[in-house]
Amino acid sequence: MNGTGWWRFRWRKAKNLGMSTFAAACLLLSVAPLVLIFSYTLIQGISSLNLAFFVQMPKPVGETGGGMANALAGTGILIGLGALFGLPVGIMGGIYLAEYGNNPFGASVRFLADVMSGVPSIVVGVVAYVLVVLPMNHFSALAGGVALAILMVPTVTRTTEEMIRLVPHSYREAGLALGIPQWKTTVRIILPAALKGITTGVLLAIARAAGETAPLLFTALGNRFWSTAVDQPIASLTVFIYDYAKAPFEDWNRQAWAAGFVLISLILVISVIFRVVTRSRYAEH
Amino acid sequence: MARPGVTPDPLTVTGDGTVRDPIAGLSRAAGPARKWNAGDFIFKHLTLLFALGVLLLVFLMGFEMYRGSALTIEKFGWDFLVTSTWDPVLDEYGALPFIVGTLVSSMLALAIAVPLGLGVAIFLAELAPRWLEQPLSFLVELLAAIPSIVYGLWGIFVLVPWLRLHIQPWLGSNLGFLPFFQGPAYGFGMLAAGLILSVMVLPIIASISRDVLRTVPTLQREAALALGATRWETTKIVLTAARSGILGAILLGLGRAVGETMAVTMVIGNRADISASLFSPGYTMASVIANEFAEATTDLYTSALIEIAFLLFVITIILNAVARLIVWSMARKFKTA
Repeated sequence: MNGTGWWRFRWRKAKNLGMSTFAAACLLLSVAPLVLIFSYTLIQGISSLNLAFFVQMPKPVGETGGGMANALAGTGILIGLGALFGLPVGIMGGIYLAEYGNNPFGASVRFLADVMSGVPSIVVGVVAYVLVVLPMNHFSALAGGVALAILMVPTVTRTTEEMIRLVPHSYREAGLALGIPQWKTTVRIILPAALKGITTGVLLAIARAAGETAPLLFTALGNRFWSTAVDQPIASLTVFIYDYAKAPFEDWNRQAWAAGFVLISLILVISVIFRVVTRSRYAEH
Repeated sequence: MARPGVTPDPLTVTGDGTVRDPIAGLSRAAGPARKWNAGDFIFKHLTLLFALGVLLLVFLMGFEMYRGSALTIEKFGWDFLVTSTWDPVLDEYGALPFIVGTLVSSMLALAIAVPLGLGVAIFLAELAPRWLEQPLSFLVELLAAIPSIVYGLWGIFVLVPWLRLHIQPWLGSNLGFLPFFQGPAYGFGMLAAGLILSVMVLPIIASISRDVLRTVPTLQREAALALGATRWETTKIVLTAARSGILGAILLGLGRAVGETMAVTMVIGNRADISASLFSPGYTMASVIANEFAEATTDLYTSALIEIAFLLFVITIILNAVARLIVWSMARKFKTA
């Protein structure tokens, strides 16, 4: 090997090593914020969390203590309403796409669902405002529920479709071979087989919706008092975090961290479950 | 796909119309022996109705916002986009400061997130051993699952003080001759918004680029390696083959950055000024809606904010549609190749 060739070889090896190290460094640098944010929320959240947070109402401005019982209930009601409106559309739409969607119409629904999942949540909030708040003339839990439902639809549709497609082909053939009508095969054989995946996918969509703030700011608005009425403004964890984080009171900041911790734990646990469930499904093939 | 278990994630590389239809072949084989079934008819059309609902929802959203912003569209026309007065007292509205703020913060985010995200994607798709790849991918995707409000909380209490006390004074004294790094260090401002946005869009760019890299046939890698190319030289070839898909991933990231609301609103400072300095407070389209919508007093004010939402809707729909088409056509190209 002549001299220049040898140096060129060393140079290429060095570049290879350099770029590999760069890629690994990128990964470290990208995972760092996750570790930072999560550990900080964990430390701040655990030290701020107490029983009062779950069972007491917010105290008036200036007083320390109190909790977010109304916000926990409010978030529950909001995602309940969202699921009530959003899940039927998403799940039935997903069934259509998986079972009958192999045509231009199915392709365009699939495409628009994907595109729709990229629409900012604040825009969805504005839509819910125009659709619900304006006609009713005041802010309400209902409007917040509609906003969350619109946000859930694309994810639930696509997840349902993917989960149904993961059911082995032979299940369907077995059902049809026994003379069972196609719709019954779908409802009684395919859906139960895909149920675990669909359920966790739906849970994931609900958890994401529970973490939404922007679409609630001017639909559900917020409420410092106990309210479960669907046609009245209602409190939510996320809007509380927003208000309490900006407030100049240390005790409110503390409670914002506690709420952030509750939220992030919920989402992380469901994400891990989703991961485990879908991975075991993939592994079957 | 040569390696099992690394087929592109169907949840992300999508829009694919080439999926198999399990029934088509069967019913044709059964021919006329398969009787018309009322249950089948009802079930099919019931699900069709809901699928149609998904389709109509998108159009309904666009239509309602167009209708809701009729007042300002009529009064200001295209001037709305290029005027920088935003004065609720005089009822004069122009969206320029918000459009500029959205552009600057998104571009700053992309400038940081694109190289990092590509590095992550290369590491995950080309370099990482398989046992490491799965958990690492999951970690990156978890970043995308953290709610925006938690990013904002972290931004207010950790990122902003850190910028104000350490990073901005250093940038100011070392790079202060550039117009971007001048002015007082508040912590809150464009820089904080760009940084927090970059963390938020990075997982999208990384995970979609990774999926895109995986659609490049293994044969291309093997051919390059067989010719004596190093790992990095092979990766360069893969990157060239995947460049359109990577562009798609970047556009999807941009779409997310443009519409991101809570975290940005909490750290950007919320002032409707246009300034060259990244230290000064700004405002984005999404954050002006978040801040002012509930307090908008006049019809014209509300209409102006709805028009901004409508603009965001149109921008993100276009970005997402183009990006999905690019990613999809690439996946299709290699599948048929």
